[in-house]
Amino acid sequence: MQLDDLYRRVIMDHYKNPRNRGTLDNESVTINLNNPTCGDRIALQLQIEDGKVIDAKFSGEGCSISLSSASMMTQVVKGKTYEQALELAERFSALMKGEEVEFEELEDIEALSGVNKFPARIKCATLSWNALRKGIEQQQQS
Amino acid sequence: MNVNAIREQFPILHQEINGHPLVYLDSAATSQKPRSVIDAVKRYYEWDNANVHRGVHTLGSRATEGYEAARAKVAAFLNASSEEEIVFTRGTTAAINLVASSYARSVCGEGDEIVITPMEHHSNLIPWQQAAKATGATLKYIPLQSDGTISLADVEATVTSRTKVVSMTYASNVLGVINPVKEVAAIAHRNGAVMVVDGAQSTPHLKVDVQDLDCDFYAFSAHKMCGPTGIGALYGKKSILSRMEPIEYGGEMIDFVELYESTWKDVPTRFEGGTPIIAGAIGLAAAIDFLQEIGLDHIHHHEQKLAAYAYEQLSAIDGITIYGPKEGRVGLVTFNLDDVHPHDVATALDSEGIAVRAGHHCCQPLMRWLNVSSTARASFYLYNTEEEIDRLAASLQRTKEFFGHAIG
Repeated sequence: MQLDDLYRRVIMDHYKNPRNRGTLDNESVTINLNNPTCGDRIALQLQIEDGKVIDAKFSGEGCSISLSSASMMTQVVKGKTYEQALELAERFSALMKGEEVEFEELEDIEALSGVNKFPARIKCATLSWNALRKGIEQQQQS
Repeated sequence: MNVNAIREQFPILHQEINGHPLVYLDSAATSQKPRSVIDAVKRYYEWDNANVHRGVHTLGSRATEGYEAARAKVAAFLNASSEEEIVFTRGTTAAINLVASSYARSVCGEGDEIVITPMEHHSNLIPWQQAAKATGATLKYIPLQSDGTISLADVEATVTSRTKVVSMTYASNVLGVINPVKEVAAIAHRNGAVMVVDGAQSTPHLKVDVQDLDCDFYAFSAHKMCGPTGIGALYGKKSILSRMEPIEYGGEMIDFVELYESTWKDVPTRFEGGTPIIAGAIGLAAAIDFLQEIGLDHIHHHEQKLAAYAYEQLSAIDGITIYGPKEGRVGLVTFNLDDVHPHDVATALDSEGIAVRAGHHCCQPLMRWLNVSSTARASFYLYNTEEEIDRLAASLQRTKEFFGHAIG
């Protein structure tokens, strides 16, 4: 096993320069999630208008996998309808199961496919996506 | 102590992980098991398996004898005054929950106090939180010194005549600190409180004498001391145990059952409702034999040497922070590398066959006290060597360089 298989350059780039890290001024919803295995936390904020995610930002602490995943997720989800966002989340789950899926919207995400071979780290990669699902479910219910 | 000969007795250690010989540095989470323990459990299932305290048949007698002999072995191991003071449980967590749910809830009321420390594992913290909530008692914390130790002056200041229970870990699973539980027990008793000792991290590594400590309860798990998972024990002074009500009801623990009333067996069976963990108890007895043959003093000495060596080797790495005091620690070193998350450290080490723990170690309040969200931890046992610590230090150096380049 080579570390480079997991920690690809694009992942380390998102880790070092996370996109959309911070807080929104006019968020519609904030979701706080913990990774109970390590105590890492994410606070995801979504700004939603007419059933679309207009903006997304995240804050919190995490490892390179969880932070880079959050960075990519917040990038790709902007401008997506609920259905489109949930479909992306589904596709990300498939990626974590080792299935061959593509992210034409943001190919960076495919770099996380290596996480599949590190079962203990899948929870790190899915944390922000779980926050997204939860946020959309809350919006759909309200 | 011949570490190579000891290593030979642990089948699991002789394998490669990711193309490297396994270096197992996570014994504080769970220890590995020697052949004698694995064989004892196997032999029980292959030859003696039956339910205990019921059958008149030969297998039933053998199983009962094995189970009760294990209880006597635990009693002697802890120097309890009789085997009636040993309750088999699922482990430390279940043992502490038994004390908190049965004893503490019956003696605590509004205005009473339960005293613990911020370094406790969740299993010696949440049961007391819940007991305090249920009874109206106040949960109080003995503060930590800057190096993570406690001072007896602070214990004196925190424990009062309203304190009913003082509970403390003998050795911290994060800081490695060994607490002065004997002295704390004396303070607790002077104030009319009972002393509960969480022995999960001490029993595998130190000679324990519950009569010398004069604690009222002592809890430990087999799986951290070369025994099977799913079994542990609670020691309790008989005078206290026999006043306690069971918290689980069913078979095994009853004396006489009528349609609307029942009575309980004497201690300790009263607290062992249902078919007990027979194979686990037999495996625990084999683990005690194994450790005693080597000698707890030798094991402790070996680990102290490893801990000191690891402290020295790891301190030499630029950008490392080691938590807890330098001296007086059990065999573990908890640390963080600057700018590398402990999860990433653990994955990088695993890629070279080295198993360490990363996370909050079931000590979230202590993590907040340390002002970190998580840490990495290397923990040692009788089968670890200085060469393994050299490999850890070299691998940490490479990890630092890898992430330094990757994000630098």
